[in-house]
Amino acid sequence: MAALKSDLPQGTLDLLILKAVAVEPVHGYAIAQRLEQVSRGVVQVPEGSLYPALHRLENRGFLAADWKKTETGREAKFYKLTRKGRKQLETEAASWQRLIEAVGLILGMADGGAQ
Amino acid sequence: MEEQLEKELRFHLDQRESDLIARGYSPAQARREARVALGGPEQVKEKCRDARGTRWAEELLQDTSYALRTFRQKPGFVAVTLLILALGIGATTVMFAVANSVLLRPLPFPEPNRLVTLHGFIKDFGEFWGFSYPDFTDVKSKSRSLKIAGWTYSSGTISAPGAPEHVEGRQISAGLFPILGVVPSCGRGFRLDEDRPGAVPVAIISYDLWQRRFAPDRAVAGKKLIFDDRTFEVVGVAPPGFQLSGEAEVYTPLGQSLDPRMQNREGRFIQVIARLAAGVSLNQAQAELTLISRRLAEQYPKSDAGLGMRIHPLLQELVSDVRGTLWLLVAAIGLVLLLACVNIASLFLTRAISRERELAMRAALGASRSRLVRQCITESAVLGLCGGLLGIAGAAVSVHPFVALWPGNLPRAEAIHIDWRVLCFGVGISLLCGLLFGLTPALRVPMHRLEEALRAGGRSVTGSSRRLHSPFVVSEIALAFVLLVSAGMLGRTLLALSSLNPGFNAHNVLAARFALSPKVLGNPSQIRSAWRDVLDRARRLPDVKFVALADIIPMREGENVMPYRTTPNPLPPNQEPTALGSTVTPDYLKVMGVPLLEGRFFDDHDREESKPVVVVDENLARHVFGRTNVAGQHIWVSAMGGAPIEIVGVVGHVRHWGLAGDDQSPVRDQMYYPFAQVPPQLLHFFSSVMSITVRTRSSPLTIVKALQDQLRGASGDQTLYEVRTMEQLVGASLARQRFLSLLFGIFAGLALVLASIGVYGVLAYLTGQRTSEIGVRMAMGANVRDIMRLVLWHGLKMTIAGVSIGLVAAIGAAQALQHLVEGMQPVNGATFAIMIPLLTLAALFASFVPARRASRVDPVKALRQE
Repeated sequence: MAALKSDLPQGTLDLLILKAVAVEPVHGYAIAQRLEQVSRGVVQVPEGSLYPALHRLENRGFLAADWKKTETGREAKFYKLTRKGRKQLETEAASWQRLIEAVGLILGMADGGAQ
Repeated sequence: MEEQLEKELRFHLDQRESDLIARGYSPAQARREARVALGGPEQVKEKCRDARGTRWAEELLQDTSYALRTFRQKPGFVAVTLLILALGIGATTVMFAVANSVLLRPLPFPEPNRLVTLHGFIKDFGEFWGFSYPDFTDVKSKSRSLKIAGWTYSSGTISAPGAPEHVEGRQISAGLFPILGVVPSCGRGFRLDEDRPGAVPVAIISYDLWQRRFAPDRAVAGKKLIFDDRTFEVVGVAPPGFQLSGEAEVYTPLGQSLDPRMQNREGRFIQVIARLAAGVSLNQAQAELTLISRRLAEQYPKSDAGLGMRIHPLLQELVSDVRGTLWLLVAAIGLVLLLACVNIASLFLTRAISRERELAMRAALGASRSRLVRQCITESAVLGLCGGLLGIAGAAVSVHPFVALWPGNLPRAEAIHIDWRVLCFGVGISLLCGLLFGLTPALRVPMHRLEEALRAGGRSVTGSSRRLHSPFVVSEIALAFVLLVSAGMLGRTLLALSSLNPGFNAHNVLAARFALSPKVLGNPSQIRSAWRDVLDRARRLPDVKFVALADIIPMREGENVMPYRTTPNPLPPNQEPTALGSTVTPDYLKVMGVPLLEGRFFDDHDREESKPVVVVDENLARHVFGRTNVAGQHIWVSAMGGAPIEIVGVVGHVRHWGLAGDDQSPVRDQMYYPFAQVPPQLLHFFSSVMSITVRTRSSPLTIVKALQDQLRGASGDQTLYEVRTMEQLVGASLARQRFLSLLFGIFAGLALVLASIGVYGVLAYLTGQRTSEIGVRMAMGANVRDIMRLVLWHGLKMTIAGVSIGLVAAIGAAQALQHLVEGMQPVNGATFAIMIPLLTLAALFASFVPARRASRVDPVKALRQE
């Protein structure tokens, strides 16, 4: 599979992490896996950036961390979304949506706006 | 925290490993892949830590402990730096503490910024502080924007309860305490109905007096005080520590004053304080005052025509005298501190250059630029702070001795101490200094060319080094030059002023205030015979050559400026020329040794019933008549009646206003009139201000006790007080100039030493760097003299640059000094002619040792060092 790796700007990484955590509490490794799986390999998060981002989000109060046992019996640090984080996710997702629509409109201009 | 991070990353790595193994990688491959994917775990950890944001506190601690470790390695360097810093910051803090307490801190009254004083103003005469009592009451009743109170000095002898003692007092209007917001510690203030002539005599006493003579009685009501031979009922006690232009023991109502000038609208002797009414601004109050003064001028043209009134904030008025000097001293010591910092900065720079290798290594290992810069700054900040704290401790100890050394009166001196503002200042400048000399090495942190730095091992290109260090030395020399020139100017001024002729012979003359017993102040003839008795008794002492009475003494506080005219008809009021008037007995000339230029001085024939006579000084004679042989001319003085007064003699000018201030004083004419011709109704008043002057055969202070015993009088309550020798007074008139000269001399000396050390240090370092170059030169044929000349010339170049820059600044400083210091002479070529060679010699001397060392370089060894 030829993976098209796109470089993610920092703000976007935060957004994706928040979304990944939104469903249920997960640990760092699982987040990386999920992002890769769901985007079908396009988004490959450099793991070196993942953990600093997680810590940053935790510092700002968007994520809450807890040490729990996994299925294999090992202890891992699980992150879950706080209420503040949920609100942040909504806000960020909404602006991202607006941005996409705007860019799409501009790109569609050249075609005579047929869409 | 660390363990958790470790655990988290380990978990991630293990998971990745097992996934890869599941996908078919070998365990070893899987492990490597996992590691590569994550990136260096240490770096990830570092980034996580940064992301957490609490890192800076840990890093600060790390930096601090690292800094302390490096200091322990170089105790000498650290000790010198701390010493220089402690001295500089300590001295600056002391100066600032004084300036803060005197100039910046508000007065200890409620809402002090609404307190003001009122001054009078006459066009050709200028501004003056006195109001007459009728003017004062008129302004008080007419003004809506000000609440006004007045006061004046008084003094007298307390006869009961307790032993007779001469004390200072104040006469205050009823509104003074309420306006200042002063609450008596016991009893009450004066009521309005007590503040008028003929009311029941009441008094408020000072807390001190109460403790001394009335304690342990708590109640003060009904107590009686016999002051100046009159009985007062004590109604209140002032709060402890209360001062009204100095300490006073007895306060009496101004309205009850028996001073003959009370009804005279031209007798301006009352000080006026006021408080702005609520919601009124200074400008509004000034506007109202101008209107009132104009109306008074219309109503009373004889006395008040042309009279204006000015309003000033009270604090400004109190400290205007010393404000210039204080800020001057703060600026001067600031320069010394700056010099010290530049010196330390160049030391730090030298150190930084030698640490380049270490810093380069840290950069190579992953430290960011900001991290390294922060470390350099932390180091210097720690040093700065330690030095500063030492300095502040020193300042806390030195403030009071310094204030004690201050010449003359320092207003608000009792309130000087180190408060939070001074502490903030001290800590602030310590950190600032630390930042200042930490910045240069921090900016040289090598982020690029790491390889070069690592390999070169601490040596850098000479050229850039010289470029870096020269500005330091040049600025040090410039600063030192400014201080040297200022000190030179002050020294020269002091010498010039000391050699001025005071106009009299100050050697072996005593001057003391004297209070006659209140019992002999009954009628004028009693008073005259009492004074005659005093003079006779004083003359009987074996050591006494001449005795005289005088109301004002040269170089002592106290003046009596009177308008006069040369025509019988009165001039438009407030347009008459003024002169300093002195009431004296005939022997005054012999006591003071003032030269008689023309005619004669007074003698015993000039009595009350003979024609009025006056003796003028040469200035008045030249000013009015254009020549000095004016004996036989007449002048008219309104204060002494309308009859013409004959000038019988001309004497030399006396520098009454002090050696420094006399030449710039607006009133330089003088006249003397005989004590015997004081009108009878004024005798009582004059008696309270007369002083005794005595010319002795040997040292004046030895006869004081004998004199006091002789003059004690029948009732034993006549006292001498404020005893001074004329030499003391002359010396005191130059006290401030002497003080400033001394301080500036010390500062300049320090600056010279620091600058020399700077020159020496930099040249020593630079020549050390250039050993290989010197080796080459020597190999090419240069001899010892050439090398020495090379180094000395380098030092000289920096000196010349420094002096040129300093010259401009020095001229500016000279202007400031002239503006701020009384009697300052303008800077002249002589001062520069002395200071430039002095500085150059010092710099050359400092360059000598490095030059010698450079010339001793063994060329073979030097070349081999390559």
